Amino acid sequence: MKHSAEIRATTPSLSWLRAIAGHRAVWPIVALALILIVDGIISPGFFQIRIVEGRLFGNLIDILYRAVPTALVALGMAAVIGTKGIDLSVGSIIAIVGAVITWRIHAGDPHWVVLLIALGAGLLCGLWNGFLVAVLDIQPIIATLILMTSGRGIGLMINLLYGGTNPSFTSPLLQGLSVGHIGLVPTRLLLFASIFFVLWLLIRRTAFGLLLESVGSNPAAAKIVGINARLVIYAAYLISGFCSGWAGIVLAADTHTSDPVSIGLNIELDAILAVVIGGGSLSGGRVYLGMTLLGVLVIQALTTSILTSGLPPEYNLVVKAVVVVVVLLLQSTNLRIALYNAVSRTKR
Amino acid sequence: MTARIEMLGVSKAFPGVRALDRVDFQVEAGEVHALMGENGAGKSTLIKIMTGALQGDAGEIRMDGRPVRIGSTGDAQALGIGTVYQEVNLVPTMSVTKNLTLGRQPKRFGLINWGGARKRARERLKRLNFGSEIDIERPLGSYSVAIQQLVAIARALEHDTRVLVLDEPTASLDAIETALLFKIVRDLKARGIAIVFITHFIDQVYEIADRISVLRNGRLVGCAPIAELPPPKMISLMLGRELEHTEERAAKAESVAKGEPILVAEGLGRRRVMAPFDLSLRAGEVVGLSGLLGSGRTEVAKLIFGAVKHDSGKLTVGGAPVSSASPGHSLHLGIAFCPEDRKAEGIFGELTVRENIILGLQTKRGWLNRLSHDEQEALAQEMIKALAIATPDADKPVGQLSGGNQQKVVLARALTAEPRILILDEPTRGIDVGAHAEVVTLIRKLCAQGLGLLVASSELDELVAVSDRIAVLRDRRKVGEIEERDINRQTIIDTIAGART
Repeated sequence: MKHSAEIRATTPSLSWLRAIAGHRAVWPIVALALILIVDGIISPGFFQIRIVEGRLFGNLIDILYRAVPTALVALGMAAVIGTKGIDLSVGSIIAIVGAVITWRIHAGDPHWVVLLIALGAGLLCGLWNGFLVAVLDIQPIIATLILMTSGRGIGLMINLLYGGTNPSFTSPLLQGLSVGHIGLVPTRLLLFASIFFVLWLLIRRTAFGLLLESVGSNPAAAKIVGINARLVIYAAYLISGFCSGWAGIVLAADTHTSDPVSIGLNIELDAILAVVIGGGSLSGGRVYLGMTLLGVLVIQALTTSILTSGLPPEYNLVVKAVVVVVVLLLQSTNLRIALYNAVSRTKR
Repeated sequence: MTARIEMLGVSKAFPGVRALDRVDFQVEAGEVHALMGENGAGKSTLIKIMTGALQGDAGEIRMDGRPVRIGSTGDAQALGIGTVYQEVNLVPTMSVTKNLTLGRQPKRFGLINWGGARKRARERLKRLNFGSEIDIERPLGSYSVAIQQLVAIARALEHDTRVLVLDEPTASLDAIETALLFKIVRDLKARGIAIVFITHFIDQVYEIADRISVLRNGRLVGCAPIAELPPPKMISLMLGRELEHTEERAAKAESVAKGEPILVAEGLGRRRVMAPFDLSLRAGEVVGLSGLLGSGRTEVAKLIFGAVKHDSGKLTVGGAPVSSASPGHSLHLGIAFCPEDRKAEGIFGELTVRENIILGLQTKRGWLNRLSHDEQEALAQEMIKALAIATPDADKPVGQLSGGNQQKVVLARALTAEPRILILDEPTRGIDVGAHAEVVTLIRKLCAQGLGLLVASSELDELVAVSDRIAVLRDRRKVGEIEERDINRQTIIDTIAGART
């Protein structure tokens, strides 16, 4: 290790390049840029942004717009993964929240109350997960698997509360949040930006983030330091429930219906992937909110560009898998060192 | 008389370490032979070579006078060498029958013959004159650790077993359970089995063993019948005298520490962990905790800090009783703790040096009252300078520092919480000589500033150098306290050995 550090120090001409290459944001940004460049080549006009009916339109806006639900879920996931945990139940939380919204609107509650109840449902789910993980000490993957499998069933049962025959709804308030726009900008982008900001304040402007990372890095040491590890872990699952609750509001309002079987299906996988692409390790100890957002954009840009490229949609999942593997390989320090050594050997 | 098993001139080297250096070790038939030594003395290596888990680089093994080759654990078993490891390595969720026959179940038509297996299990237990009180169909985990330990012995014991190795069999047993185990050991001894007994409990050695071999730093430093090797002699053999020149006891100016105690433990203890003990600490005083490995040093430290909850006695800090001791509570009472196991309980490898250092103060301030980046940096730099932590900058992940520097980071973190009482468990474990001296100097400096210090250490010289008073522990019990004027190596050794109270 020391040896290679000396070599690096003696070649200053390349050091700025190395500094950039060493920064964790580089590879996701490179990947995102490459995807967009390919898009620009195969479909001219990809980057065009127009104003139609008083709002912004275009592929780039579309990517951002569609990324919002996954991005919301991924932020909560980043917090949970930071504690060395995982939350598989996020998709089911979305299903429950969607069902709760439809149910309460059918029951005739004022829509702002429905909004609060929906968030409450999300938090309640987080409370449950936190209870299993932090209090009962069940492994996170198992603990959240319980709600993952049962949550969609709970959603279907909620549908039954009002007969379940016509689970669709309209709500100017909720749909305004999801598909409306303020000025030129889609409302959900503003909604996401505010939630992101609040979480950023919580994690980076209070010491909560540091406590969370220390619990994820070494729970035993955190206890010795005097941190209430249980409470911190609990909070992480609450945050995840809260974020998934918002994702549920956006998605349910978008589809105007409660469809617990398919709403937010597999969203946990995209969210986990986004955290990992953003440099978060599943072994815990670090929370990167901005990087996680970048990871979501990589995934969403990829999905959108496969759809707009005219490639048959059947290819979607496989192409996505290939790109994700490449991004993760680029991030692997081991691989980079191996490549570096191979290159310097051929130079000699 | 030829020995049942004889290891002659056995050597073993690992990269960078000479684990065993021409060790001779003999066990007679019908003898309980205690193998003693501190951590790293070579006990486990010797046992592993005897049981085939490792191969020696040199040397010879003979059984009943004939040279044998033990190339694998299978060879050892075939020669009649059975082993019971410290941690019961059986399957607690399986029945006693399955545990006793696992891997060697009787088969019929290629299928397991469970009737035969049960019969065999009963026979195995009967061999220990024990078993009538055990339902062999119940899961092993439903029995006490002592019974599990006996089942492990039953498993290790074949009808042709000639040598039995017991590696700390009593580590997690209470007195009654130990007595039960010893009864069975005496039984086996009467049947002519050669027994190798490894333990940290001195009293038990003199209760059960016939002979003692002592290893230190990979060399055999003594072997004698127990009558010729009384405890003080054995302990000085174990601890050695090589470091005598390193630390001169500092002649203290008028003892500063004569005020009211800031910490008092009365009858503090926890069942199976530590017998109730009394201990007090004054401001500016250094109290050492001495004792052999496993004597309860870490346990005392953790009980006082609250990392292990006490179930008897009471703790008073600064004159006020502590109702429920916990690390979080201790933090606010002004007690800080540097754990012995740096990797497991000390450092946050992913976090930076700065974050590791400031975490102590940050936790005390609470999550809402965040230290700004500038405050963090200032505090980290102050500590890096004060403790001479070798790091290029404060933003390096602490996992990349050397062991000694990690140790200093853990210490720095404890200090940022501005404690009145600091508990150091093995402050110099795994750090080099230079850093060692720095830590000792630092301890003296801290106590001059009025901090009360509790230092648990396996190194006598370190304790002699820094302590105002030394509490001596043996077998999870406080057996004595040595006042300032009496502190020297010999009094500590004598107290550990029970020759002085």
